[in-house]
Amino acid sequence: MSYKEIIAKYAEVPGGIIEAFHAVEKELSFLPEEAIAEAARVFKVPAAEAFGVASFYSMFSTKARGKNVIRLCESAPCHVAGAAEVVAAIEKELGIRMGESTNDGLFALEFTECVGQCQATPVITINSKPYLDVTPAIIPNILAEYK
Amino acid sequence: MAEEMRIVLRNYGKIDPLNIDEYIAAGGYKALEKAKGMNKIDLIEEVKKSNLRGRGGAGFNCGQKWFFAYQTNADQKYVVCNADEGEPGTYKDRLIMQGDPQSVLEGMAVCGYAIGANKGFIYCRGEYPYVVDILNQAIDQAKAKGVLGDFDIEVRMGAGAYVCGEETALIESIEGHRGEPRFKPPFPGVEGLWGKPTIINNVETFANIPVIVDKGGDWYAAIGAPSYPGTKVLTLTGDVNNKTFFEVPTSTTIREVVYGLGGGVAGGKKFKAVQIGGTSGGFIPESLLDTAISFDAMSAIGATLGSGAVFVMDESRDMVDVVSKITKFFEHESCGKCAPCREGTARMNELVGKIKGGKGSAADIALLKKLGGVMSIACLCGLGQAAPAPVLTTIGHFAADYEDKLV
Ligand SMILES: Cc1cc2nc3c(=O)[nH]c(=O)nc-3n(C[C@H](O)[C@H](O)[C@H](O)COP(=O)(O)O)c2cc1C
Ligand code: SF4
Ligand code: FES
Repeated sequence: MSYKEIIAKYAEVPGGIIEAFHAVEKELSFLPEEAIAEAARVFKVPAAEAFGVASFYSMFSTKARGKNVIRLCESAPCHVAGAAEVVAAIEKELGIRMGESTNDGLFALEFTECVGQCQATPVITINSKPYLDVTPAIIPNILAEYK
Repeated sequence: MAEEMRIVLRNYGKIDPLNIDEYIAAGGYKALEKAKGMNKIDLIEEVKKSNLRGRGGAGFNCGQKWFFAYQTNADQKYVVCNADEGEPGTYKDRLIMQGDPQSVLEGMAVCGYAIGANKGFIYCRGEYPYVVDILNQAIDQAKAKGVLGDFDIEVRMGAGAYVCGEETALIESIEGHRGEPRFKPPFPGVEGLWGKPTIINNVETFANIPVIVDKGGDWYAAIGAPSYPGTKVLTLTGDVNNKTFFEVPTSTTIREVVYGLGGGVAGGKKFKAVQIGGTSGGFIPESLLDTAISFDAMSAIGATLGSGAVFVMDESRDMVDVVSKITKFFEHESCGKCAPCREGTARMNELVGKIKGGKGSAADIALLKKLGGVMSIACLCGLGQAAPAPVLTTIGHFAADYEDKLV
């Protein structure tokens, strides 16, 4: 589905621009400039406001990024449970640094704050699916699911 | 010895959350029926009498809040469930929604009847798409059964902004805007979502409602601490043996939580500190562990109950290192609307980083204290007001961790 068709589905939802952005990201992994401009038209707000919304929320990316978004929790409970070692293991496995995407466009790597799965720290999510009690050793297996 | 008492989690693990018949068989939706047979003002009185205070952190009397919205005349009113749950170390609202979603819907419908609202929204954090699916299925089942009557509920998703848990920022977000807090007054009960009277309560607050209606305000008011009765769901993280959740009466002490239910500090190490209420909570030393977790008892020791997150740290943890993660969090999550917070959280993070890096002086600690004092009164919303607490309480109780690093 094109971003136009996706956004059109939410046109009648009051305040639905955020839901529309979620739907676009699900398809494209980020919010292209044209999609934000289209949302501004559909929801009848100035383009500056639509960009303001897109840039406010940390789950939205206005820059192109890899298809599978890996987010690593760096809140204090995950931090003391060894999140830093997990960061190092993922960076090594993918050959990229936090905040970057792989060249093949398969993965994006980001920090996040607590994702509410703190019973089993450290935690990462891939496309919002949580992985619990993550250790450097199990990183290759987790990533293999998406290759 | 502390024991669990399950009110909010009464059905957790006992019923299939995706089968409304099991909720009904367990007594579900009887309270809504009973409520609808009552005079609205009597219903609100009953909730007031229970002395149920909000479980989202601010501890406001629930029935009192409902009364404000009830009193306000309007062609449309709204009920909003705050499921933004952004406090690091907290997952109790997720447990409630995943384990017993109908209890939240029923609580919202009781509120809708009491204040005269026929429309509800659940604002669920964007990190929980799998919870959104459960809620939508639960709503579909409730509609199909007709148990909600003319009360309609819609789920909206956040998109990764801690500040959107603040009630007016949350309203802005449902309306499709940036999640920046509004100036208060007007309060949402008078002028909220799309300018209409709106009641916002936390997931755990709503989940308490059916039981209160069912068993009565007096029954509830007699549980736990009299000034903040009932139970609280706590989530234990960090260096504790039992990293899990418990629901306990609010008269339970922190020591009972950490050493009783929590099983004590992990790995045979010694206790150093516990931070309760999430990232903005104060750090508590050993000497204050006999404090009850209730709202007022916690305030009295300069701490908070907040969301009920319990983050335990053992003797090997450096408070400055932990606090540096927290100041970074607040710098990142500040929405930037008001200067004391936008600037203050950045400077605070800078100063803590300087001390952590071994470049700080006693003057920097004095500056942190002064800055923290100003922020706690000058910031527009609770985010900026509470942000200094972890810094100030660690300087207060664990000064050695800072002093060791000074030049
Ligand atoms: C920065 C900030 C974040 C908040 N986050 C939440 C949250 O995630 N969930 C919540 O219920 N309340 C949160 N609150 C409190 C709400 O503003 C509000 O007081 C609460 O939802 C009211 O419901 P209650 O009376 O049932 O507690 C937050 C407040 C602030 C200042
Ligand atoms: S205190 Fe911080 S989060 Fe709250 S309105 Fe001001 S800048 Fe925004
Ligand atoms: S602290 Fe990392 S998931 Fe909650």
